[in-house]
Amino acid sequence: MKKNHYSRRSVLAGASAAAVASAFPAPMIWAQEIKDVTLRQIGTGVSAFNEVAAKVKEDLGFTLEMTALDSDAATQRAATQAGSFDIADIEYWICKKVWPTGNLQAMDVSRITNYDKITSIFKDGKLTPDSTIAQGTAPHTVGFVEGPGSAKFADQSSGWMTLIPTIYNADTLGIRPDLIGRPIESWAELLNPEFKGRASILDISSIGIMDMAMVCEAMGKIQYADKGNMTRDEIDQTIAIFIEAKRAGQFRAFWKTFDESVNLMSSGEVVIQSMWSPAVTAVRSRGMECKFQPLKEGYRSWGGGIGLATHLEGLQLDAAYEYINWYLSGWVGGFLMRQGYYSAAPETSKLFMTDDEWGYWFEGKPAQGDITSPQGAVIETAGAVRDGGSFEERMGHVACWNSVMDENQYMVRKWNEFIAA
Amino acid sequence: MRTNFRSWMLALPLTVVLALFLLLPMVMIFVVSFWGATEFSIYPAFQFDNYSYLFGSSVVWSVFASTLMYTIVTWVVTLVVGFTVAYFLAFHIRDTTTQMGLFLLCTIPFWTSNIIRMISWVPFLGRNGLANQALMGMGITDEPLEWLLFSDFSVILAFVHLYTLFMVVPIFNTMVRIDRSLIEAARDNGASGFQILTNVIIPLTKPGIMIGSIFVVALVMGDFITVRFMSGSQSANVGRLISNDIGLLQYPSAAATSVVLLVTVMIVISIMLRFVNIRKEL
Repeated sequence: MKKNHYSRRSVLAGASAAAVASAFPAPMIWAQEIKDVTLRQIGTGVSAFNEVAAKVKEDLGFTLEMTALDSDAATQRAATQAGSFDIADIEYWICKKVWPTGNLQAMDVSRITNYDKITSIFKDGKLTPDSTIAQGTAPHTVGFVEGPGSAKFADQSSGWMTLIPTIYNADTLGIRPDLIGRPIESWAELLNPEFKGRASILDISSIGIMDMAMVCEAMGKIQYADKGNMTRDEIDQTIAIFIEAKRAGQFRAFWKTFDESVNLMSSGEVVIQSMWSPAVTAVRSRGMECKFQPLKEGYRSWGGGIGLATHLEGLQLDAAYEYINWYLSGWVGGFLMRQGYYSAAPETSKLFMTDDEWGYWFEGKPAQGDITSPQGAVIETAGAVRDGGSFEERMGHVACWNSVMDENQYMVRKWNEFIAA
Repeated sequence: MRTNFRSWMLALPLTVVLALFLLLPMVMIFVVSFWGATEFSIYPAFQFDNYSYLFGSSVVWSVFASTLMYTIVTWVVTLVVGFTVAYFLAFHIRDTTTQMGLFLLCTIPFWTSNIIRMISWVPFLGRNGLANQALMGMGITDEPLEWLLFSDFSVILAFVHLYTLFMVVPIFNTMVRIDRSLIEAARDNGASGFQILTNVIIPLTKPGIMIGSIFVVALVMGDFITVRFMSGSQSANVGRLISNDIGLLQYPSAAATSVVLLVTVMIVISIMLRFVNIRKEL
């Protein structure tokens, strides 16, 4: 037998071994072949950090390719180009839109080692057993399906998850206290004529409409049955109030990307606006005063998670589960907590943070020493307290979640009218 | 027969490329504009919903109106500036080396990307920007001028900055090819400088003006990013309508808007071509 030719028998044996291996993945084969696996992750920019991909390579051995997109583009990719990604890192409201396309597969929670450490917000919507469930697309309402292949969201935790929660946060208005010079306590201040020409709101319809609703309700102009699922009438009234304010010159600009919000705030063009937590940190790191102001009406909250593409199977699927288990095991959580987000399994993240960091970011305690960003820049010094306080204080005061409404298409058209008005 | 076959073969590659990459996509856009869309998918259909929304919505009309407004104002300003610059280069600079040197100087801003050129206006025009500091320092205003940034003014300023060169180049090109003896003849016949401009130079420069105008009109009408950045997302033009639709997976609606925009641009350009027969003049 020539050396470079395989006999029929050895090929057959190899093929059946491969078939057996893919049916019962054995750890030994795993360790050897895992290095060749590449998982392509698409997601919103909030959690796409190169540090995470580098750590995956180091800890797990396989390659994670990340593509950061804005929310709309991520939705588009997940819905229309199923073959172009393996892992989708998206928000729960995006999941509500994308799940019916069948491009994502349900995950078996029995394969998630830290499933029981995931905070209960993602399981039954309640932070503590006696808290009330916030309005909007709360993650637990779209977090489970009835079984593999099911397109219907389950009412309660079913053992089959759509997204494995990764990060989440409570958003509010960002302000420049040095340029405002008085306490701000209500969402209604966004439309206060005092800030004419110095206010801003974000131009992402599904999130912006929620901020608008918080403002209109705080002003006492509209009482919503459910801010996360408005009627056409409520949408009309909300947009009308904001068109009136826009025509009166209330807004300096609208922003769509993280950087734009940072620039508007740090240049002083805007003193009060919708904002995201890391953007506030970014403004502060430029030496400007900026506060993520807690407001009496509560927070508008959002949550993200990772979902698996339907086409994943065999070794790739195993690698994806391994990645999820690694994600929840604490290192990423600690990394993201230092950005100002919350991790889905806080107690595992604690192991990867110093006591001072944990106290500052999670427990709302005054910092004992310098607080640094994951990249090492000093962002707070001793004595500083996180805006809004502890995890329980912030996540316990969520008024609504980012949402997709039944009248979404109508809302989008009205939103375009607002932009064009 | 043989020459005929050869010329067909010579024309074939370009025809195939154009058919595949220009005509076919346009036909697709036209077809999809009659389709329907749900939240996350599009389905084949033959319905006029997209068009009836387009023509029935007052918002769309006002967006088209503001697109036309941006186009007309930008066109007038770039024409005046572009013509003046080209005139200066062609008739006031006698030395060819200096002429080419100055002409290259005009292109220097184009060494950077147009998004960077556009965004660099933002800190300049802002409330605490250089422009306002200078104006207040000179005592011209007491308060910062708000309308300098995130307004129609800043949008048109950016358009003019970005697109004037597209006017300068073709006009300059036709001007240097004007036979100087025609101008001497006009002067010998007693024409004043102004009469030479209106009776000799402008008619002979028309093809250049038209080519420049077509560039500017097509670029401004198809733009979406300048309007978004320079108006702080507060104004809309047709390009932004299309990009919003695409972002929200409403491809059929985006396709319908594109078709209407394409027709509008073609009408505008065919009106312009009525005035000058570019092929004859070149």
